[in-house]
Amino acid sequence: MSARLPSGGLIDRTRRLRFSFDGRRHEGFAGDTLAAALLADGVRLVGRSFKYHRPRGVLTAGPEEPNALVELRSGARREPNTRATVVELYDGLEAQSQNRWPSLRFDLLALNGLFSPLLGAGFYYKTFMWPAAFWEKVYEPLIRRAAGLGSLSTAPDPDHYEKATAFCDLLVVGSGPAGLMAALVAARSGARVILAEQDCLFGGRCLSERIVLGDGSAHRWVQSVVAELAATPGVRLLPRTTVVGTYDHGAYTAVERVNDHVAAPPPFEPRQRLWRIVAKRAVLAAGALERPLVFGDNDLPGVMLASAVSTYINRYAVRPGERAVLYADNDHAWATVADLRAAGAEIVAIVDPRPDARARAAVVARDAPLLTGVVRRALGGRTLQGVEVVGADGHVHRLDCDLLAMSGGWAPTLHLTSHLGAKPRWDAERSMFLPEQLPPGLLVAGAAGGELTTAAALSTGIRIAEGSLQSLGIAPRGVTPPVAGEEADAWTPLWRAPSSRGKRFIDFQNDVTTDDLELAHREGFGASEHAKRYTTLGMATDQGKTSALNGLATLAALTGKSIGEVGTTTYRPPYTPVAIGALAGHHRGPDFRPTRLTPSHEWAREQGAVFIESGAWLRAQYFPRAGETDWLPPVIREVQAVRSAVGLCDVSTLGKIELKGPDALRFIERLYANGWQTLAVGRARYGVMLREDGRVMDDGTVARLGEQHWFMTTTTANAVAVYQHMQHCHQVLWPELDVQFTSVTEQWAQFAVAGPRSRELLRRILASGEDISNDAFPYMAARAVTLADGLRGRLFRLSFSGELAYEIAVPARHGDAIIRRLAAAGEDLGVVPYGLEALGVMRIEKGHVAGNELTGRTSAQQLGLGRMLSTQKDYIGARLARLPALDDPADTQLVGVRPVDGKTRLVSGAHFLPLAAPTTFEHEQGYMTSVAYSPSLGHWIALGLLKNGRQRHGERLRAVDLLRSQETEVEICDPVFIDPQGARLRG
Amino acid sequence: MRIHCPHCGPRGHDEFVHHGDAVPQRPQTDATDAAFHDYVYLRDNPAGLYRELWFHAAGCHSWLIVERDTRTHEIRSVTFARGDA
Repeated sequence: MSARLPSGGLIDRTRRLRFSFDGRRHEGFAGDTLAAALLADGVRLVGRSFKYHRPRGVLTAGPEEPNALVELRSGARREPNTRATVVELYDGLEAQSQNRWPSLRFDLLALNGLFSPLLGAGFYYKTFMWPAAFWEKVYEPLIRRAAGLGSLSTAPDPDHYEKATAFCDLLVVGSGPAGLMAALVAARSGARVILAEQDCLFGGRCLSERIVLGDGSAHRWVQSVVAELAATPGVRLLPRTTVVGTYDHGAYTAVERVNDHVAAPPPFEPRQRLWRIVAKRAVLAAGALERPLVFGDNDLPGVMLASAVSTYINRYAVRPGERAVLYADNDHAWATVADLRAAGAEIVAIVDPRPDARARAAVVARDAPLLTGVVRRALGGRTLQGVEVVGADGHVHRLDCDLLAMSGGWAPTLHLTSHLGAKPRWDAERSMFLPEQLPPGLLVAGAAGGELTTAAALSTGIRIAEGSLQSLGIAPRGVTPPVAGEEADAWTPLWRAPSSRGKRFIDFQNDVTTDDLELAHREGFGASEHAKRYTTLGMATDQGKTSALNGLATLAALTGKSIGEVGTTTYRPPYTPVAIGALAGHHRGPDFRPTRLTPSHEWAREQGAVFIESGAWLRAQYFPRAGETDWLPPVIREVQAVRSAVGLCDVSTLGKIELKGPDALRFIERLYANGWQTLAVGRARYGVMLREDGRVMDDGTVARLGEQHWFMTTTTANAVAVYQHMQHCHQVLWPELDVQFTSVTEQWAQFAVAGPRSRELLRRILASGEDISNDAFPYMAARAVTLADGLRGRLFRLSFSGELAYEIAVPARHGDAIIRRLAAAGEDLGVVPYGLEALGVMRIEKGHVAGNELTGRTSAQQLGLGRMLSTQKDYIGARLARLPALDDPADTQLVGVRPVDGKTRLVSGAHFLPLAAPTTFEHEQGYMTSVAYSPSLGHWIALGLLKNGRQRHGERLRAVDLLRSQETEVEICDPVFIDPQGARLRG
Repeated sequence: MRIHCPHCGPRGHDEFVHHGDAVPQRPQTDATDAAFHDYVYLRDNPAGLYRELWFHAAGCHSWLIVERDTRTHEIRSVTFARGDA
């Protein structure tokens, strides 16, 4: 049976939209929400409740909806817990009800209702306490299936989300009469304005209520104001945009649902856009939310907020019921009676608890009975069939009806005023929470500030905007508000819920009843924040928008306090749920952060490199050749080539910092633990940097390219941190030092050319005059060079591999050309590219420490670098590095490790234990930090940190890895496995 | 939060790296172990005005001293740590 009215509403009857709900086909019109279209098609049962699986219908017409939660769309686009009251209808929309099994009409889990004594407040904490092991395996999975909301699609979201930032003089939140007036004043005054409206249409209550403004309908007035705003430069209109959070210093976050109202976003458009709005001033004109009334079985489908009933009639041309009872404690709700009559519904009765309202209400009641009293209980199975009313005289009346429109007055939507921590104040006279301390720059207008009539909303909107503009030095241009008719607004709030055999719901979404709050109070959880956690009142997607006030009123009655004394729970962003996708924006998957590619990336890709992430960089891990299916054979081959011929490796990822100035030497002296006074121009040296707590921060090399010109490298991982540390040292600690430095990591391509034939290869690409003989360019030499084609570069004789080796640097844009030239020039020398794995193998063979040893917790002494610590100068970490604890033999020291049988593969992370002692923590002696298969030695080797390790070379221990169930007998040795005298690298 | 960098102007706080208390001064070389210990490890955590160091990492690379009220996030002043304006 259709509940659609033959005319009226803000829907487009020429555009019919097909949609499905639980597989059944329906039709609605453009302009409908899903809830409106379902009600129009006579669908009243739309979901099952969270704990008790009770039948639920549409309660509201807005984002505060606690009941009508549906899964929207299907497949990868399935989205749970969307509120049918704000889902815009589109052709082909698919929706499913939630939390029911096997079907919405016949839900077996409704049996939960019979066990409700077990599921009361704090049931999580009580019922499932014993035995403990049952929690994870039995109770939790059962509860999760029985009590819950919708389910996620587990497929990746196919849509895009983006972020945007906007700046303005005045942000207006909400576009009812107050918001429109505020925006219009600012627009006419030439201010930059952003008007954000959560709905797809501007107008707020003007869309829902039959209001006359000036000489026409409020809706026509809205259209003229919006047209003027749209035509004014500097005004940005953001419909479908919810401002969800207030942050410090005038920053607001808003979610724009760009394409939620269509089946799928058009190409190159996002589904949603997350706005960061920086506003000099803001006006909160977000209106107010109507309060439900509490009585037995007040959750039956057919019980609706009065304002929602009016909205469905006036905006969507849907009559939510045929025979209606109005139950309200305020005069404002009487407008709903007129709306119902205009829609052709019968008014069965008006129930009003206020004796003093009788005379006034008689005007609206006309031929309907007017009952002074309260509704005790709603009657019906799956939908409302009647109500029980207790009159002031104690008489119980039973009224047949299929719709109960209820109103407990209005609560200002002040959430955004409290996000910075200020709690609202209870105004006992007006029976509402109002903001006490506002975030700087934010003011409140209209119903959000407790001004409930249209006339007051219009005038406060103008006044607040004028004040905001004046504070910015912008002269406001006058705006005359339209004349608004008088509105009845007398209100005496009814807080009491009459006793009833039915469940009296306070929080519909979480199935929290008055009994639950009474239990929480009895058990000592009567404070508002405690009651929230104990009963889940005010949690989940609606965050208590319809339940908070009734919950507080109930707690107030229980504790004998006023509502103000009980106080609200803390409001936190977001105001309405925000998809994680919107928060992530484009930052997901490989785009989580930018990927940095080395200058030789393209060439390495052509060589068949396997790449690995190294910080933000993508580096070649190894270069497999045809037939090499595993990682180890290419690594062995690459190491052997470097040790016997020559290899090429891109080391551009190292942090590179250029320093100049008369005090550069002094600065470097204070930065590094070792000394630099004796470093001659044209020479480089290994350096160790400590933190002020005495532990090793980073290591690298520093080359002196000129008297006052230095060039240093950091590890890849610490490049950013070391640069920031250097700026700190210079700007904060020693601003008097005359030194300038900058990161040039991106500016230089740098390649290691390593192996006995490296000199021969380099000669082929350098200009003929460049003498790089051992005498002219010895180990640790560094200087500018000219390449054969005249290109200027830098050459360093550094060796990480332990072989005769160089690093050649050229401007980054020439990197690709130079690596190709090196590869081509060295073909007959047997040159190979080598990757990060081979690099790691060779540094372990040489006992060089790297990230696995430089953990931030190791001291230079532990790593065998103690002799580098200068005693002749002050430097960062100098003082605390001398503390005995940093050089305690009882602590671990760097050692080499090899398997006693010369065969077994070692695993990093394995712990050292004595041969005889049991495998317990007390006997733990240290662990292996880095392992590698050494092609040079023909067996696995490792570096490790072992207690008093330097004194224990030759000792045998067990290396135990309990995770991989491996135990190996190992021998401790010197950490330098190859060429300890360094003959090769000096050759 | 918005920080008014004296070089770049008002910018969102996500351009900056927070470094904590700006009050402790690095002791002279001949200071006691205790003085160095306090400098490295001890920090005040006041409810109220706090002088703290921020690094404008995604901007001009200036180290700044920001005077901020930890209760309200109100920022009273922002100056270059190196002293000059």
